[in-house]
Amino acid sequence: MRLWREASLVAGKDLRIEARSRIALGQILPFGIIVVILFAFALDPDSGLLTRVAPGLFWVTVLLAALLAVGRAFAVEEKSNARDGLRLTGLDGSAVFLGKMAAIAAELLFLEILLGTAVVILYGVEVNGLLVLLAAAPAATLGIASTGTLYGVLAAGLRSRETLLPLLLLPVLAPVLLGATRAFEGGLEGAPSDAWPWVGLLWIFATFYTAFGVLAFGTLWEND
Amino acid sequence: MPLVEFHSVVCLLGTFPALAGVDLQVEPLDVLLLEGPNGAGKTTLLRLMAGLIPPHSGEARVFGVDLFKDRRSARHRLALVGHETYCYDDLTVMENLQFTFKASALTGTGISEVLERTGLGALAAVRHAHLSAGQRRRLALANALVRDPELLLLDEPHAGLDEEGRACLHEIISSAPSEGRTVVLASHELELSRQLASREVRVQSGTIVDCARENL
Repeated sequence: MRLWREASLVAGKDLRIEARSRIALGQILPFGIIVVILFAFALDPDSGLLTRVAPGLFWVTVLLAALLAVGRAFAVEEKSNARDGLRLTGLDGSAVFLGKMAAIAAELLFLEILLGTAVVILYGVEVNGLLVLLAAAPAATLGIASTGTLYGVLAAGLRSRETLLPLLLLPVLAPVLLGATRAFEGGLEGAPSDAWPWVGLLWIFATFYTAFGVLAFGTLWEND
Repeated sequence: MPLVEFHSVVCLLGTFPALAGVDLQVEPLDVLLLEGPNGAGKTTLLRLMAGLIPPHSGEARVFGVDLFKDRRSARHRLALVGHETYCYDDLTVMENLQFTFKASALTGTGISEVLERTGLGALAAVRHAHLSAGQRRRLALANALVRDPELLLLDEPHAGLDEEGRACLHEIISSAPSEGRTVVLASHELELSRQLASREVRVQSGTIVDCARENL
């Protein structure tokens, strides 16, 4: 019970900071929209190529935006050394992990809803299996957020964190990109029944990294 | 029982021995002044007491908790005012204090009292980013006091404070023993700090070199 109370406190704090600073809304969201629009310009919409590659483009855009969101989640802790302040409160490392992960996931879900709408409108894709999409998106988002939070704390405090984070995170997130793309292919233009094994894979990945983060984050958080 | 017990404590920052065999005891209700030149190890000593950095060797206990085994448990009972505020730029003074208060699992009405005491009442709705350097120092102090710590660690607390701020700081330190609070402060403002301290030790090259001046 205490773990959830502490986690919700951290998540609320991070979301309040993001709402106040408008970095997510003013920079990360426009970045995602611009990437989606650029792809629409770069690829010929008449050839049907856009509709075929839309799931992959969508998740690549989400991944790139996630890098910004994760970097931001730990950058707020570096300013005025707020990280030490957070450690001094005696909050459990697992609670900090769950709180930060939840805040990043919430930001990404918000981004995905807007990006998804843009993709459907700009790329002209059809939604065949809404249920698949609704099951795959949260799983992929949790997988990205949990892994991002874990690797974010590894890179935090390092001088080269901006360049190190993508190098560490993107290879680990390759299974999420693959699974989410395949699941979305089934849920959009393909057969929804083909997507469920990929949805399962995404939930396994998210569960594994969430559990691993709960166990490992505290040690990484304490040893900067 | 001493609140802080250090015997031959060595603390490495990378490979540099920031503390090279410190022997120190802090008794309950002490107001201990750490003085010494820049780079002597005062800040490291305070951060070690707060459990923010690990000891390398020796014996280190805070509230009886062995810092080699557990650096988190003692944090609930202490607060550190460091060189930075430990606050969030985009949160207001009140929101920063509320977060610390809730995260420290405290109950009661401590925040308004602390705001009043540190002279921040009129700035409660102002964001940390918009505060002046002196106001930030006061917020750092308030952020520590809101946790009602038994052990208050102050690192250069006078820095950046105006006359009013210093008076406020002095009131907090001088009333600490009567409030059941122990204080360890590191300062270069020796004249001011000596008026408040019950003990003084000199830190030099990572060791305590003089514990003689007691009951000033």
